[in-house]
Amino acid sequence: MPTWKEYPIAATIHEPGSATGQNTGDWRSERPQRDNEKCDKCGICWIFCPDAALFMNEDGFYEVDLYHCKGCGICARECGKEAIIMVEESE
Amino acid sequence: MAEKSTDFIPRLLPPRELFAEGHRGCQGCGEALALRQVIKVAGPNTIVCSATGCMEIISSPYPETAWRIPWIHVAFENAAAVASGVEAGIKVLQKKGRYPEGKINVIAIGGDGGTADIGLQALSGALERRHNFTYVCTDNEAYMNTGIQRSSSTPWGASTTTSPSGKESIGQNVPKKNLPKIVAAHDIPYLATACPSYPLDLMNKTRKALEVEGPTYLHVLSPCPTGWRHPIDMAVEMGRLAVETGVFPLYEIVNGRLKLDMVMEKREPVIDYLKPQGRFRHLKPEQIEEIQKVVDEYYESLVYRAECDAKAPEANADEW
Amino acid sequence: MGERIGLEVSLAVSEAVKLARVDAVAAYPITPQTHIVEELAQMVADGELDAYYIMVESEHSAMSACCGTAAVGARTFTATASQGLALMHEMLFIASGLRLPIVMAIANRALSAPLSIWGDQSDVMAERDIGWVQMFAETGQEAFDLTLCCFKIAEDPRVILPTIINIDGFTLSHVVEPLELESQEDVDAWLPTYVPVHVLDPAKPTTVGPVGFPEIYTEIRKQQDMALIGSYDVVLEVWESFEKKFGRAYKPVESYRADDAEIIINLIGAIAGTARIAVDRMREEGKKVGLVRTRLWRPYPFEEMRKALGGAKAVAVVDRALSFGGPGGPIASELRSCLYPLDKKPVVASYIAGLGGRDVTIEDFYTIVAETEKVLETGYTDEYKMIGVRE
Repeated sequence: MPTWKEYPIAATIHEPGSATGQNTGDWRSERPQRDNEKCDKCGICWIFCPDAALFMNEDGFYEVDLYHCKGCGICARECGKEAIIMVEESE
Repeated sequence: MAEKSTDFIPRLLPPRELFAEGHRGCQGCGEALALRQVIKVAGPNTIVCSATGCMEIISSPYPETAWRIPWIHVAFENAAAVASGVEAGIKVLQKKGRYPEGKINVIAIGGDGGTADIGLQALSGALERRHNFTYVCTDNEAYMNTGIQRSSSTPWGASTTTSPSGKESIGQNVPKKNLPKIVAAHDIPYLATACPSYPLDLMNKTRKALEVEGPTYLHVLSPCPTGWRHPIDMAVEMGRLAVETGVFPLYEIVNGRLKLDMVMEKREPVIDYLKPQGRFRHLKPEQIEEIQKVVDEYYESLVYRAECDAKAPEANADEW
Repeated sequence: MGERIGLEVSLAVSEAVKLARVDAVAAYPITPQTHIVEELAQMVADGELDAYYIMVESEHSAMSACCGTAAVGARTFTATASQGLALMHEMLFIASGLRLPIVMAIANRALSAPLSIWGDQSDVMAERDIGWVQMFAETGQEAFDLTLCCFKIAEDPRVILPTIINIDGFTLSHVVEPLELESQEDVDAWLPTYVPVHVLDPAKPTTVGPVGFPEIYTEIRKQQDMALIGSYDVVLEVWESFEKKFGRAYKPVESYRADDAEIIINLIGAIAGTARIAVDRMREEGKKVGLVRTRLWRPYPFEEMRKALGGAKAVAVVDRALSFGGPGGPIASELRSCLYPLDKKPVVASYIAGLGGRDVTIEDFYTIVAETEKVLETGYTDEYKMIGVRE
């Protein structure tokens, strides 16, 4: 670990968004599973995710960022097309 | 404006996440969701001054930061005072050519505890001095970060760890402090209530609050699965129920005139909102009736006020 | 050289702040600091000082707003006293922890209860641990000069710590003294525009004031401590450059007739003036008495104090503050710590005087020296003694 001389003064963090290194995906016991047939790419799941753990892929579908998704299930509940279900996290 | 997924298309919203993933908020945190939406609108030319609280703790554990914009945390009760200093400092330095030019949004963020209780003085002072900043109160209705203790924003009948329900107690036995009303008494140009369950509404209000010159205020209901004791996938649903039952009416006060965002002639019964939450589980039917009565009265008073304000002589209600 | 005028010391401090081209002031009025902030408000209102004056609603908010202005790179000043300083207490640790070079003038005043608007040093003595650079002025000239120096010290990249200039409430703040003000041109040449080392800027986003887990807290504290200890050299440098530019010299410790003194009076602040007269009189009567006035309080000038006082038979420390039921006066207890490692140590007797605006007279110094002579003869009888209390 760094010595006292190696820390930035006042412990100011100079790397914006360094939290992305934290594997919060480790917390979940369920993960969202999307059915592309039902999904209409509306983006509701994306705007309701407290962890910004969904991102639009090249096909316009919202993929889950499994490194960060905490498995809360809001996206599954809010999806207007019931295109997302929560499934058990398998090891 | 109760948004349905067909009414707006979230994928047209700015994709940049200035409140990054990897923060340590609870699963399904309504407050983190609210903040994410607010910051998304604020954009990169923003400085956030945060009070101690859930959002501060989960977003800044050295060396991790969820912030992709400049952010400062000083203490619990002074987000508004720090924001006053940031705003003043930028103003004078830009005048002297020692700070980059351009509009910089100054946002102060505090929870209900850090705003309604310990932070009320600093907020009042900052509003009175007419600093050009926006205060966002993320209201999860208790001191959640330290373990769900009551605040003056805890609603009547809610059980918290310092106002627990018990044989001799209903839990919180005084009404929730009406913070927007206190803020409105400072005659600031713009304030609004909002909820992340209505993201477009919240984000539009954020945009307005940031664009208006002078002090502005957003009161954002932030459902908390941990403290309200509801399932972790229900924060958005709880917020929606809060609005649809009239427990948390959505409105704006523009230059002193109140505009209700959704005038609901028939509201859902409050029990729909209370039932899923463990913090209200102990309430008896007559107590729920009492809550319904209070909610009805308050909502109707807002409807009446909105009608009067719309008719007022110099009404500029269409300004926004 | 500057113009020589008679000026109330509070207003001299404001002049220094104006000449330093401060960018922001966030202050709340409290006796006896009011003249400082009123004068600054007038200067801003007349366009003489181009600064944003935030009329905060409490001292806690004053220090909070100062953190805000300093965090975006504004040269920042505030002033307070007594209850106001106490109200800021939480914020003082934060300002130094966040490494914000705020300069604050304190018109030292007694703390409640009972309420006292009059001077003593209890307000700032309760803030020894806050991690700020701290110094005490004795005269109006010093108040003016040291205020200017505080900016240069605080903003030095090797320091970046907030700094306090103390002036005795009423006894110094409200007296009119002859002093030399310097010109704006000269001050500009000596004190350059503030270039912040770290600043809140959307172009380079930083997270300031994060959570410090146990794994890192000690290291950050060490960093801060080393900055304060290291500021000692910077203080000396700044005073040296001040002397070069303006012709007046300052040292961490001022000795008066102390070289061959058997009993040395040690104190801080404006009562040194009275002490000097008492020392001269006692010298005429054949007593080998001297005076050492401590000017730099934090970082504590260990070596200089040991040099100045180590050789005496006894030191009579006069404190205008008291730690109830504890080791007496703060100056005395810190001196004892300082002298402890010496093989041969003087007796250190602690006297409490001048509380809540009580005058410290020449007679009081005679009493103090007499009491100290007794201690030299027969040993300590008390942890500390209160002078002038009616019993």
